[in-house]
Amino acid sequence: MNDDYLEIRDLTVEFDGFRAIDGVDLTLLQGQLHFLIGPNGAGKTTLVDAVTGLVPATGLARYRHRDLLATKSHRIVRAGIGRTFQTATVFEGLSVLQNLDIAGGIHRSAWKMVLARRGTPSYVEEALETIGLSHLRDRPAGVLAHGQKQWLEIGMLLVQDARVMLLDEPVAGMSAEEREETGELLRRIGRERTIVVIEHDMDFVRSYADVVTVMHAGKVLAEGSVAEIQADPRVQEVYLGRQAEAGAPETSGAETSGAETSGAETSQEAGHA
Amino acid sequence: MNRLLPLARTWGPLIGIALVAIALLVVAPAVLSPFRLNNLGKYVCWAIAGVGIGLAWGRGGMLVMGQGVFFGLGGYAMAMHLKLEAAMATGGPDAIPDFMVLYGDGTMPGWWEPFRSGAFTLFAIVALPAVAATILGWAIFKRRVKGAYFAILTQALAVAFATLLIATIKQTGGFNGLNQFTLFFGYNLYDPVNKKMIYSIAAAVLVVCLVVVWQLYRSRFGELLVATRDAEERVRFLGHDPANIKLVAFIVAAIMASIGGALFAPITGIISPSDVDATASIFLIAGVALGGRALLLGPALGALAVGYGRTALSESFPDQWTYFLGLLFIVVILFFPSGLGNAWSQVTQRLRPQHQEATR
Amino acid sequence: MLAQHGTPGLPQETHVDAFTTPLLAGTATGALLLIAALGLALTFGQMGVINMAHGEFLMAGAYTTYLTQQVVTNTDLSILVALPAAFLVAGALGLLLEVAIIQWMYRRPLDTLLVTVGVSLLLQQLAKDVFGAQGDPVQTPGWLDGNIDVFGYHWPYRQMFTILLAVAALAALGALLRYTSYGRQIRATVQNRDLAETMGVSTRTVDRVTFFVGSGLAGVGGVAVSLISGTNPNLGTTYIISAFLVVVAGGLGQLRGTVIAAFTVGVVTAFFTDWFSSSMAQVLTFALVVVFLQLRPQGLFTVRTRGLA
Repeated sequence: MNDDYLEIRDLTVEFDGFRAIDGVDLTLLQGQLHFLIGPNGAGKTTLVDAVTGLVPATGLARYRHRDLLATKSHRIVRAGIGRTFQTATVFEGLSVLQNLDIAGGIHRSAWKMVLARRGTPSYVEEALETIGLSHLRDRPAGVLAHGQKQWLEIGMLLVQDARVMLLDEPVAGMSAEEREETGELLRRIGRERTIVVIEHDMDFVRSYADVVTVMHAGKVLAEGSVAEIQADPRVQEVYLGRQAEAGAPETSGAETSGAETSGAETSQEAGHA
Repeated sequence: MNRLLPLARTWGPLIGIALVAIALLVVAPAVLSPFRLNNLGKYVCWAIAGVGIGLAWGRGGMLVMGQGVFFGLGGYAMAMHLKLEAAMATGGPDAIPDFMVLYGDGTMPGWWEPFRSGAFTLFAIVALPAVAATILGWAIFKRRVKGAYFAILTQALAVAFATLLIATIKQTGGFNGLNQFTLFFGYNLYDPVNKKMIYSIAAAVLVVCLVVVWQLYRSRFGELLVATRDAEERVRFLGHDPANIKLVAFIVAAIMASIGGALFAPITGIISPSDVDATASIFLIAGVALGGRALLLGPALGALAVGYGRTALSESFPDQWTYFLGLLFIVVILFFPSGLGNAWSQVTQRLRPQHQEATR
Repeated sequence: MLAQHGTPGLPQETHVDAFTTPLLAGTATGALLLIAALGLALTFGQMGVINMAHGEFLMAGAYTTYLTQQVVTNTDLSILVALPAAFLVAGALGLLLEVAIIQWMYRRPLDTLLVTVGVSLLLQQLAKDVFGAQGDPVQTPGWLDGNIDVFGYHWPYRQMFTILLAVAALAALGALLRYTSYGRQIRATVQNRDLAETMGVSTRTVDRVTFFVGSGLAGVGGVAVSLISGTNPNLGTTYIISAFLVVVAGGLGQLRGTVIAAFTVGVVTAFFTDWFSSSMAQVLTFALVVVFLQLRPQGLFTVRTRGLA
C-alpha cells in the first residue's frame, strides 16, 4: 500500500438546497475493482462529477496530496484521474487510432503538438492491443458499435495513463459476451490501478467486484464484499422497498439484489438508464 | 490503393498549394494587366485573412465575425508607417502626416512616433493582433463563452472599432482612413515594377500561410482543435483546457488577418473604416463559407472568388453587389454548408446513401 | 451599438444636467433596446436561433410608420394605426423567414446566424432601392410633441411614449407567456422540446408563433425609433448589436434579465456618451459587457453532467 489511493471525506454536493451528495466518506485503494451501486438518483454519477471537477462540492477529495475539489477538470486529469461518461463520448470524426493518440496529448511538449504524428507510439499500440480494437484502428470512431466505443474510452484512459479510472456504467447496453470481455479487461488493467465502476447490473457486479459501495439518497448505505452487501438488511430494504413501490418496468428493477433477472432483460434495462 | 492513400493524404494538399503558388506567382503576373494584377493582390490579402478564418471557424468552430478588427490593426499599422514615410520623404525626419495638419492642430499623437521605424511597424503588425486576440480570447474562452455569444461579441467589437476610427479623424483620418502613400519601405509605390513586387510578396505570404495551416491541420494540435470543435467538454477530460487550444487558433487567425490588412494598405493605396467594419468582416467570412470553411484551400480560393465577384459585379451592376452577397450567404449556408469545395462529395454522398450504410 | 448619429432620444431642447439628462435619455434608449431585445431573447431562448435580420424588422416597422403616414394623413391618428400595422408587417416578415429558411436549419444555430446575415443584407439593400439611401422623416403627432416636467426636468413625451410602449410590450408578452395556452406551450418547448412534443405540443407551430411575435415586437420598436430618428435603411444595424449585447448580458430563459440588462446598457451608454463621446461609449459598453461576462458567465453556458456529447 502506498499513497496511491483516492480519499473522500464528508463530500457534499448541493443543488439549490437539495443535497445530492450528503457527507460521503470513501477510500478507494489501488488494485481493487471498486463498484458503486445504488438506485437512480442515489448520487453515484454526481459523486464522480464532484471528484472530477464538473460540479462544485464541499468536503475533501484528495489524491496524492492534491485537493481535487480546488482543481480544474483538466488538471485533475493531468494528476492521473480519468473518467468515462454514461453515453460513450469519443471523437466520432477521428479514427480509433487518432482518438487514442489524442488522449496521450498531456504528456507531449508544445513543440510535439504542432508536429504531425509519425507512426504509432508504443503506448497507443499497447492500448489498442489491450482493448482489442487493433483491427479497427483506422475506422472512424463514429461507426463503432456501442460496446466498442466504451472500450475505446477505456483505451483512451490507458493512453492517458490514468492511475484512477472512474467508469460510469461501462457495460450498459452491452451483450452478455461483451460484458464478460469488459470485466476481464477491467481485471487485467485494474491490477496496478484504482478502478471505480458505477453499475446497475448485479450479475456483473457479482462476477467482478472486489469491493461494493451502496449509495442511497446521497449517502453511503453500506460497503463491503458482494456477499456482505447482499446480506445487509438495510440494502435489502432500500432495494426491495423501492421495488415494491415502483413496480413499473422502466424503473431499474435490475438493481434488486434479491430477485434474479435474466441477462437479456438486464441489458435492455440498463440501456434505458 | 490502400498503400497509395497515405501518400495522397500527405502530398495531395501540398500539390494543391503548389498549384495555387504557381497560379499566383507565375501565371498571374505573366497574363494579367498591372491593373488586374493589383486587383488580384487585393483579393489575395482577403484570402490571407480567410485562411485564418478557416482555421478558427472551420477547424476550431469559432465563428469570428470581427476579423476586420485584426485586418484593421495590421492595415492601420502599415498605413501609419507609409503615411510617415511619405511625409518624411518630403518634409524631413520630423514631418507629420498631411491630414493632421488639415484636420488637427498640426501635432502628432505620441503613439504614432514608433511607426516611423519600419522594423517596429513589422513587429507591431504581428504583435498588436496577437496581444489583442490574447486578451479578448482569454477573457471569452476562459469563461466558456462560446457559440453565438462569441460570434456576437466579435461582431460588436468590429462595430465599436470602426466607430472609434471614424470618430478619431485627427488621429486616424476618420471616415476617409489613411491614403496617398508614396513609398513602401523606400520603394516608389507609383512604379509598376514595385507594385508587382508587392503583389508577389502578398501572394508568397498567402502560400506561406497555406503551408502553416497545412502543417497545423495535420499536426496533433489540428486533431485536438477539431476535437475541441466537436466536443469541447470532452477535451477537458483528455487533460487539456479547451480554452488554450481555441486561444492558439484564434491568435493565429488574428495574426493572419493582420498581415492581410498590412499588405492591403500598400496594394490598394488606402485603408479606411469601411475596410475593417462589421460588413467588411462579414465579407471576409463569405469567401470562407463559399470555398469550404474546414478545407485547406477552400477559404483562400473562396476569398479570391468572392473578391473577384465583387469587382466584376460592381463594375457591371454597381448597386446589385449587396444582393449578390446576401444571396450568396443564404444559398451557400443553406445548401452547401461545407462550401463549394465540398459540394461534389456532398452530392455524391447524397446519391449513395446505401453505400454509406454498407461501410458502417 | 448605438448610432453614429448620437444617442437617439437625447432631446436637444432639454436643459442639460450632468446626471438627470443622461439618466432619462438612457432610460428611453433602454426601453427601445428592451423592445428589440425581447424578440431576440424569445427566439434565441426557445430555438437557439440568432436572427441577425432582427434589426431589419425594426427598420420595417419604421418604414411602416412612414408609409402609414402617407396613407393616413392625420398624424395624430396614423401612429395608432402604425403600431398594429408595424407589428403585423414585421411579424409577417419574421414568419416568412422562419418558414422559408430557418425551419430547415434548427440543428445548425451558428449557420442560422450567417444565413440571417445574408437576409439582413438583402433587406437593407431592398430598403435603399425602394425608399432611397437617405431615409425619410416621420411626423411626430401633436400629442407626442412637448415635454412633461419630471422632478423639475423637461422630459419629452416621445421618450415617455417609448418607455410606455416597452412596458406595454413587456406586459403583453408576460401575459401571453403566463396566461395563455400558447404561452404554456412556449414555456414547455423551451424547457424540454422533445418532452413537449410527446405531450402533444406542436413545437413547429409554437416556433412559428414565437417567431411571429418576436419579430412583430421589433416592428413595434421600429415605430418608436422612427419617431425619434425617422427612417433609414441602416437603422437596424444601429440598434441590433446593442440589443444582442443586452441578450448576452441578460442571460437566457427569463425576461427579468433582459429587462435589467436593457435599461442598464441604455443608461450606461448614455452616461458614457455624456462623459466621453458616442463612439467611446460604444467601445466602453462593449468592454463592460465582456467584463461582466467574467463575473457572471452563469446562464450563458450549461455543463451537462451525464455524458458530454
